[in-house]
Amino acid sequence: MDLAQGVQLVSFGILSLMMIGSALGVVLLTNIVYSAFLLGGVFISIAGLYLLLNADFVAAAQVLIYVGAVNVLILFAIMLVNKREDFAPIANRWIRKAATALVCVGLFALLGTMVLATPWSLYTGPAVVGRNSAVEIGQHFFSDYLLPFELVSVLLLMAMVGAIILARRDFIPEELVPPDSQAIAASTLPERPRELASAGSPTPRER
Amino acid sequence: MQLQLQYFLLLAAALFCIGIYGLITSRNAVRVLMSIELLLNAVNLNLMAFSNFLDPQTIKGQVFTVFVITIAAAEAAVGLAIVLSIYRNRETVDMEQFNLLKW
Repeated sequence: MDLAQGVQLVSFGILSLMMIGSALGVVLLTNIVYSAFLLGGVFISIAGLYLLLNADFVAAAQVLIYVGAVNVLILFAIMLVNKREDFAPIANRWIRKAATALVCVGLFALLGTMVLATPWSLYTGPAVVGRNSAVEIGQHFFSDYLLPFELVSVLLLMAMVGAIILARRDFIPEELVPPDSQAIAASTLPERPRELASAGSPTPRER
Repeated sequence: MQLQLQYFLLLAAALFCIGIYGLITSRNAVRVLMSIELLLNAVNLNLMAFSNFLDPQTIKGQVFTVFVITIAAAEAAVGLAIVLSIYRNRETVDMEQFNLLKW
């Protein structure tokens, strides 16, 4: 074992320990803010593992998109719904947790035996050196994966518009609705449809 | 002794199982979304390992990983918007009380 392989093995061990520990913290900790920061740790460790797998471009994309965008988005969501609430206890909840843990351990055992038993057809050709993975990925994007690439861009646009529409607050002021109108009796939802609320008021002003 | 494909696959399987455990047992809706991110990352790790060990010449696994990262970003945005609107309607993020669509 030469020096490079030793360094690779040691970094793989450290990164995998970091990743598994952070992932367990994400799932098991009770404070959700700690969970969100540990999720960032999971993403950083996975980016390190990508570097071990000779994928520099995807590692950079992982750091940029996951740590920079998704994790910050999750932190914002936590701060927006930051109500410290104690969930009502459910009887026999530990049975559910134990059954889930049992199923997950069984799934891991199944996957592990499958991974170890399968004869993988490993690449045994000459070592590929000196190629730029970003150039390679770009060539794939614009030749044989052009249609999925364009579809993904359309999907991102759709997700952006959908997220804005879902999260937009249609504010209906209470004083515009007369207290004895039909609108209150008809709608018991906390957020009424806009037409129903404005129909009950004599001067429909919209904010 | 050097890095093997099996190490990465076992690591990804462990991450996937942790994600499934969190997905089922957690009661905070935001934590459920975090568990989904863990699942997607486990799949990404699998794809990257296959791309490096089975197909290092045409790295198609990395292309798929970039697609999955994009879908995960879109999923996080839409999912968090849904969580926000549910929170505004029901004043809670408890998964046990989101039973509007239950029979």
